[in-house]
Formats: sequence, structure tokens, C-alpha cells
Amino acid sequence: MLRAAPALTLLAFLGPIAGGLIFTILPAFGWLPALGGNEFSLAPWLRLFAAPGIGASIALTIGTGFAATLIAFAGAVLIVAALHDTRVFGRLHGLLAPLLATPHSSIAIGFAFLIAPSGWFARLAAPLAGWDRPPDLPLPQDPWGAAFVVGLTIKELPYLLLMTMAALNQVPWRAQRDVARTLGYRPAAFWLKAVLPQIYAQLRLPIYAVLTYSLSAVDVALILAPNTPAPLSPTVVRWFLDRDLALYFPAAAGACLQLAIAVLAIALWRAGEIAAWRIAGGWIERGGRGALAGTPLAARAVGGAVAGANLLAVAMLIAWSLASSWRFPDIAPAGWTLATWSAQGAELRDPLLTTIAVACTATMLAIALVVACLENERRRHVAPGAAVLWLLYLPLLVPQTAFLFGVQLLLVRLDLDGSLLAVVWSHLLFVLPYVFLSLADPWRALDPRYARTAAALGATQGATLRRVVLPMLLRPLLAAFAVGFAVSVGQYLPTLFAGAGRFATLTTEAVTLSSGGDRRIVAVYAFVQSALPLLVYAGALALPALLWRRRRGLAL
Amino acid sequence: MSSALVISDVTIALGARRLIERLSLTTARGVVTTLMGPSGSGKSTLLAYVCGTLDPAFDASGSVTVDGEDITALPPERRRIGILFQDDLLFPHLSVGGNLSFGLAPRLKGRAARRARIERALAEIDMAGFADRDPATLSGGQRARVALARALLSEPRALLLDEPFSKLDAALKQRFRRFVFDHATAHGLPVLLVTHDPDDAEAAGGPVHVLGGFHDTE
Repeated sequence: MLRAAPALTLLAFLGPIAGGLIFTILPAFGWLPALGGNEFSLAPWLRLFAAPGIGASIALTIGTGFAATLIAFAGAVLIVAALHDTRVFGRLHGLLAPLLATPHSSIAIGFAFLIAPSGWFARLAAPLAGWDRPPDLPLPQDPWGAAFVVGLTIKELPYLLLMTMAALNQVPWRAQRDVARTLGYRPAAFWLKAVLPQIYAQLRLPIYAVLTYSLSAVDVALILAPNTPAPLSPTVVRWFLDRDLALYFPAAAGACLQLAIAVLAIALWRAGEIAAWRIAGGWIERGGRGALAGTPLAARAVGGAVAGANLLAVAMLIAWSLASSWRFPDIAPAGWTLATWSAQGAELRDPLLTTIAVACTATMLAIALVVACLENERRRHVAPGAAVLWLLYLPLLVPQTAFLFGVQLLLVRLDLDGSLLAVVWSHLLFVLPYVFLSLADPWRALDPRYARTAAALGATQGATLRRVVLPMLLRPLLAAFAVGFAVSVGQYLPTLFAGAGRFATLTTEAVTLSSGGDRRIVAVYAFVQSALPLLVYAGALALPALLWRRRRGLAL
Repeated sequence: MSSALVISDVTIALGARRLIERLSLTTARGVVTTLMGPSGSGKSTLLAYVCGTLDPAFDASGSVTVDGEDITALPPERRRIGILFQDDLLFPHLSVGGNLSFGLAPRLKGRAARRARIERALAEIDMAGFADRDPATLSGGQRARVALARALLSEPRALLLDEPFSKLDAALKQRFRRFVFDHATAHGLPVLLVTHDPDDAEAAGGPVHVLGGFHDTE
């Protein structure tokens, strides 16, 4: 049973992606008998490219995707390069987790409340600029996609920062730093020239995942990206959901185009890596110790801006949800009230319960599969190869739009569309990689002699797992649960497609309401959406501390 | 019943490299046999083979019998071979009493009876009343003694020692070494000690085998 775990996991996981891709590609070439498509043709593609504004849409997609990824990567590198030697850096880890736990869309909504013409920034500027009415600015959905890029960056930069810090643990950089410092290297120059080349390979997959996400995000795009034209993924989603079923064909072609763009973008980034290393090789060889003046200041500014934007975004959600009325140039609401909360309480209940049920089920399933895989690995002393890591990242490297449509078609065929099982399964695809990535290292790091000691004391393999391994790994298990839970809470497109629109979660409600709804009501949903994963995260921290309060050997 | 632990004709190889070549040795009850050799000579690998926890990457042949029973094919948990490592490896999530009751054979039923047995074991290692303590609050010497008591409570038929004294400071090392040997002998256990410290071998007082380059000298 346990031996089958890795194969079973990959099947549960790659099956829907492969099936989904096939059932997206077939209609893209005209084949979809259910809708009368009985022969292969290029008509869907012709229709796609004839759609008004499609060229601008593609350009916007590529431009914003690359810009967000480049800025996030450069910012993360700047922060680690300049600050790895400071006391701030030690505390950064604790700050990142809550930043990452909040869903993209809730931060995007809060961010829109900040930058809109009637948003908080405009209110701050109003006395200086003499505005007594909201200025005429094309925000938050500016036609250049700048707000979209910033909205993506403030979420992706902390993620890449965390990945960089994790990669850093694999390198004896403290000893290398001491050597480099005695050779006269300033900290930032040392880090860029000596450490980054060592850890870049480990950052590659996370960067590609960020690139794919930025090129194909739907929920953030609906809130912050322009809609005339919109980027490709939200455009394609709109066609799929259109009442005119004939739009299904160009939508499938668009989803294929989205896949091609993601694949080509990753290839382009890879080519860029090679070119960058050529140039960097010479730069490193010249031996400059580079003062790189101002980097610590710039790093603190970038870090502060990203953290500030996230915090202010959540503050906006809290303030709007409690505002009685909040007229334009006022910095604060005229009064505070729980009226919105009590009015929305009943409406909120179902999406909240659905969100919790789906997130708990998907995460528990993911943990069960991951534990089975890791336990199989531990018992049989086999270490998976690098290819497994690529497979794990696959759901994060393939644009959601490219396979979720096909998944929906498959689900209709299996008569599973709109079932809770389908929603849980679709979330599992995105939860499982993160659960695996957060559990694998602590699991593999557990001293194998504990299990050997337990066996020598007469404990069977099962008892060793139950009584030694799992309790000792309670902290990482709960942390993995919190990560998986947060990932599930944030899912928009999978809920929409696998659920056939029948399951309203906090995220689907918040995103739907965000287009033109009452700010106070949107704020209630978006706030609960960001508070829920934070609450689970806090619980994941508190529970081991409580359970193991008399076990100092397990304290951190 | 003088030859309680018998290792016959054991060869262990990792790929093309032979770590242990046709090793045979027997240890009688109450006798501590010492296996010496530099690091990398395969001492710990041999103990893992005897315990049944050898990494499948190794190719091993030969057999191990305890009290005349061939245990070579048994899973580790059914061999009843106790082992102490360099680190005490007390389970950090269990109390001292919890660690001991993890080791205590399940044959002894009833909460009160098990609790009494554990109290007795703690008294035997001069740690009466320590059952509810967190292992992390103990001194190094106390932890080492708890680890020994835990191994003995599982009623092993042989005891393996994988350099368990090497991390202790000099004074403690001597005392704990004496303590382990006395308890093992009192239980009438065959003991196989792996070390690179000649003092350990001398204190053990039993036969000494040297691994790695040298051949069996007995």
C-alpha cells in the first residue's frame, strides 16, 4: 500500500493536468462533439486572433508578467544581498509567513482601496493637491497595467524572498562570508558574486512558478488589471463563462496560447539566465570588491514598501468593513459601526463554511499523501531524483487557465462537475506541492537513529510512525497544514471551474463583489478571507507550543 | 548456553567496496566483546546489520543468531536486540517515564503495574521520582542512564553499544561505562561494543576484535 503512495500521488495529481490539457487542446482545434465540433479546424484560432484588442491583450500579458517577475526577483535579491548580515534579517523569517498566508485577491482588493481615485493615498494627497472630489485618474485599473504589476509584486516578492532564504540554508555562507570579508569584499558584493551563483539553481523553479502565475493570474487581474483590453487569461475566462457557447472554441485556443506564452516565457528566462551568467562571469572575475553604495538603504526601502503595502491593504479592509460612512477627502471614516458585519453575518456563513470545509479536506488529503510518500521514502531508503521536483512544480508551472477548462470538460463527462469532490480535488493540485515542499526537509532531517531506536525497543514500523515520527514532527506538520490551508483559501479559478459556479467561497465572493460592489461589503469578505489563513497560521504556531510546553527538547 | 550472540560469516559490501569481509564472532552471556577500528571501517554498519536496520543500498550475507535462534530474516522490532548510540536519542516529545514505558515490553499489563515497574527501573539508575520530568531538563549523565534503562526494559536478548561513551567527558565516561557494563552483566546479556577508544576495550575486559586492514586476531 505504502509502496504505491508515490505512484498514486502522481496519478492523483498529474492525471487531471494531462487530461485537462488534452481537453483544452482538442476544442482549440475545433473538436468538441458536445457543442457540435466534429472536425478539426483552425477556425477557433482565426476567431481568437480576430477578437478586438487581442494583440494589445497579449502584449499586456507578456509585459506585466515579465515586469512583475523581474521586479519581485530583483527586489528579493537586493534585500538578501544587502541585509543578510544585519539583525533585521534574522527577524525577517517570522514576518514573511503571515505576509504569504494572505490570499492574493484580498491583498489586491485592499491595495485597490489604497490607490483608487477615491482611495486612501488620494485622500492623503487631497489637502496638498486641493482635491475636494476624487481626481480623474485611470486607477486602480490603469491601461498600462502598472497597478496590476505592483499588486502581483507585493505578493510575489515575499515568496521569492522566503525561497531565497530557504536556499541560503543549504550553503555554508557564514564561513564563506568571513573568508570573503577578509579578502576585502563588502557584504552585498560578496553575496551577489559568491552566494547567488551557488543558490540560483534552487531558485529556478520558484521563479518559473512566479513567472507563470504573473502571466496568467485571473483573480488579481480582475481587480487590478485594465479591462479594455484585459490580459489574456481573464479575457479567456470571460469567454468560457459567456452564455454564447460558440465562444468556447476561441476560448480554448486562447487557453492554449496562454500555455504557449508561459512555456516560451520560461524558455526566454532560461536564455536570459545563460546570458546573465556570461556577463556576470566577467564581472566576478574582475575582482571588484564593489562598495555598491546605497544598497542597504534601497533594500530597506523596498522591503518597507512591500511590507507597508500589505499591511496598509489589510488595514483598509478592516477600516472599510467598520466604517459607517467615509466621504472622500476624509482620512478616517466619520464613524465606526458593526452594522456591515451584522448585516453580512448570515450571508457570510455559507461561503465561510465552504471555504473551511474545502481547505481542511484538501489539506488533510495532501498531508496524508505526502506523509505516505515520505514514509515510503524513509522506510525504503530511496531518495527521489530531481525530476520529481519538476513534477511537483508542474501545477504551478502550467497556467491554470490552460488546463482547468479541460478539467471541467472531463468532470462533465465523469458527471462530477459541480461536486464537492471535484472542488477539493482541484484545490489538492495546488495544495499538494506546497505541503510537500514544506514537509519534505524537516522529515528528511529527522535523525534516522530515533526510528532505529524505536525498532530496537520493539516498535513496529507503524507504531514508530505514530508514536515517534509524527509527534516529533508535529510542528512542521502543522506548519504544512497552515500553508496548504492558505493556498486552498486563495484559490479562485479552480473553485469556479471545478465547482461549476455552484460553490461560493470567500475568495469567489470577494472577487465577484470587488467589481462595483459596496466597498464596506467587499471589505468584510476580503478581510475574513485574509484573516482566516492568518488565524490557522497562528494556531499552527500556538498548538505545538501549548502541547509541548513541558518538552524543551522540541522548543524552537 | 555460553555463546548467546553469534555472528557467522558476515560480509557487507557497498557497491564494489567491501566493508566487512567474512566476519564471525561469538559473545557469551555477561561478556562484553569489543570491536575496534578506525572510522569508516564498517563497525556501525555491522551493528546496523545485527539490528536489522541496514540500509538496503548495502549487500549483506551471513547470519546472526541469538540464544540459538536465527534472527537474520526477522524485522528489527522482532529481533529483541537493544542498542545504544553516541547520542542518548531520548524521544523529546515524551517524559522520562514516557520514554521508559515506550521501551517496557507490552506483556506487562495494567497502568499501575507498568508505572511501578518504571519507578523501580528509575530507582535502579538512582533517578527515583524522575518519571514526569522533561528529558531536556536532565544532565548528560542522567540522559545516558535513562537511555540504558529504556533499552533494558525492552527485555533485549543482546545489547549493542555504538560508541555510546565517546561524547561524554572523561569523569562521566568512566562512571557511565562501568554502569553500563555492570547492568548488562547483571542482566546476563551478551554485549557487543563498537569503539575506537582503547580505554573502552580495556574497561570492557572481554575479547577484542580489530576491523579494517587487520584480520580477526582471536
